[in-house]
Amino acid sequence: MKKLINDPRAVVDESLEGFGLAHADILEVHANPAFVVRKGAPVAGKVALVSGGGSGHEPLHAGFVGHGMLDAAVPGAVFTSPTPDQIIPATEAVDSGAGVVHIVKNYTGDVLNFETAAELSQAEGISVRTVLVDDDVAVQDSLYTAGRRGVGGTVLVEKIAGAAAVRGDTLDAVTGVAESVVRNVRTMGVALSGCTVPHAGVPSFELAEDEIEIGIGIHGEPGRHRIPMEDADGITARLLEPVVEDLGIGKGERALLFVNGMGGTPLSELYIVYRRAAQLLGEKGITVERSLVGNYVTSLEMQGCSISVLRLDDELVELWDAPVHTAALRWGM
Amino acid sequence: MTVGLGVDWAIEWLQLSARKMSEHRVELIELDRAIGDSDHGENMDRGFKAVLEKIAEAAPDTPGAALKLAAMALMSKVGGAAGPLYGTAYLRASTALGLLEDVDAAALAAALEAARDGIVARGKAEPGDKTMVDAWTPAVEAANEAVALGADAVAVLAAAAEAAEVGAVTTDPLIARKGRASYLGERSAGHRDPGAVSTALLLRAAATAAGFPDGEQA
Repeated sequence: MKKLINDPRAVVDESLEGFGLAHADILEVHANPAFVVRKGAPVAGKVALVSGGGSGHEPLHAGFVGHGMLDAAVPGAVFTSPTPDQIIPATEAVDSGAGVVHIVKNYTGDVLNFETAAELSQAEGISVRTVLVDDDVAVQDSLYTAGRRGVGGTVLVEKIAGAAAVRGDTLDAVTGVAESVVRNVRTMGVALSGCTVPHAGVPSFELAEDEIEIGIGIHGEPGRHRIPMEDADGITARLLEPVVEDLGIGKGERALLFVNGMGGTPLSELYIVYRRAAQLLGEKGITVERSLVGNYVTSLEMQGCSISVLRLDDELVELWDAPVHTAALRWGM
Repeated sequence: MTVGLGVDWAIEWLQLSARKMSEHRVELIELDRAIGDSDHGENMDRGFKAVLEKIAEAAPDTPGAALKLAAMALMSKVGGAAGPLYGTAYLRASTALGLLEDVDAAALAAALEAARDGIVARGKAEPGDKTMVDAWTPAVEAANEAVALGADAVAVLAAAAEAAEVGAVTTDPLIARKGRASYLGERSAGHRDPGAVSTALLLRAAATAAGFPDGEQA
């Protein structure tokens, strides 16, 4: 294992410390318990957004703390959900009295820890709503699984719900906007290599030179099946088709196309994937009106990507375009 | 007259649990790497180190109080699914024991059952889903049977530990239907569930702390 780290157990703390120093103009990093809060929180009268999850997905979530997106982020250990003793103070720190929305990726650990924290925060008099993100079409949503995972679509939920909060929406309205993004976004991912959790020291799974793993999540967990390596256009079609089919988007509809890198794939390759995905959507008569390409929801140094399609309407476009100023996304200001 | 177990047993149990989690850290990480996300051993080790600190700080005076401290530490330090699940288990067990200073066989079995019910209520897993419930449920059944046969507290814990160990092994062929391993579908078969293994280790520690000879003596 070659990594730019010191003590494997200090990875999260040292990385957060550096993150706080680098972005001191927009946020503050709290230690013991660890959480990240935007400058000027709580913002008077505004509904606050809190998200969190295991570390190792940077820039998710702390990279999206700032104006127009999250008010706080709560990082857990690598690939491990944060705990209520972090989530509760983060929730308290950002509540202006207008209430707090917890944006939670649908994993058993995240759900249980946020559920506990929400209960205790409510008992302290804070109104908390929870929005579960479950955009991964690789997982069958049935009684026989933990349900679909929250993956790349999470960024889109955080951006759009964040803009709704800035617009002055009520707690229920912001929750409703977040839920409508969840309903209208689907994602599927591929890995060309596994990743190594620092404290484990060995790759989460290994792929042969000529193998790829289809339907991976973002925690280095293996996916649904393994197939021989294909070219970028072939892989793009394999990811995009189930996304389009599951979303039920078709001719005449408008979309945001998001190609997300898993951490170890160069941007040039992500654009090769974007190119083909945009062509395929065009052939289906779907208009790609907005795009996002880059490493936003990563899985340490994993090679691979995910493709997300969000169905757009006028309101979602307006909220997507609204100004945002975070470490990882910034436009309009 | 059955022999009861007091706060010394509870503290010894938690200390031994911490040692077991540390000794088996790598094994649990490896099991989790196969069908999960490689964090279970690390999280349990960190969580039980926090339990030890809490116990040293607060000096509990009943078994129930010791388990409550453990519950709080696990909930705040473990993370993942295991934190809330084990936290709930220890909290429910603590509530079931109440202010008892001396825990007899029947009270122990009731506490184990309360712990299992708490895990089921939080995690919504059923037996056969390839989770820690597959170790807890046979353990509770074995404990209740032992009580019915007139066993003392030590024998109840030994029966529970053994049943949990067997239960963990029975997860090998199962297809996971809850937790992160469920994303693998059929590919989860052929691996042992890490949560069931940590449950067996913790229940074995409970029996050993009560004086039952440990086959796995380090």
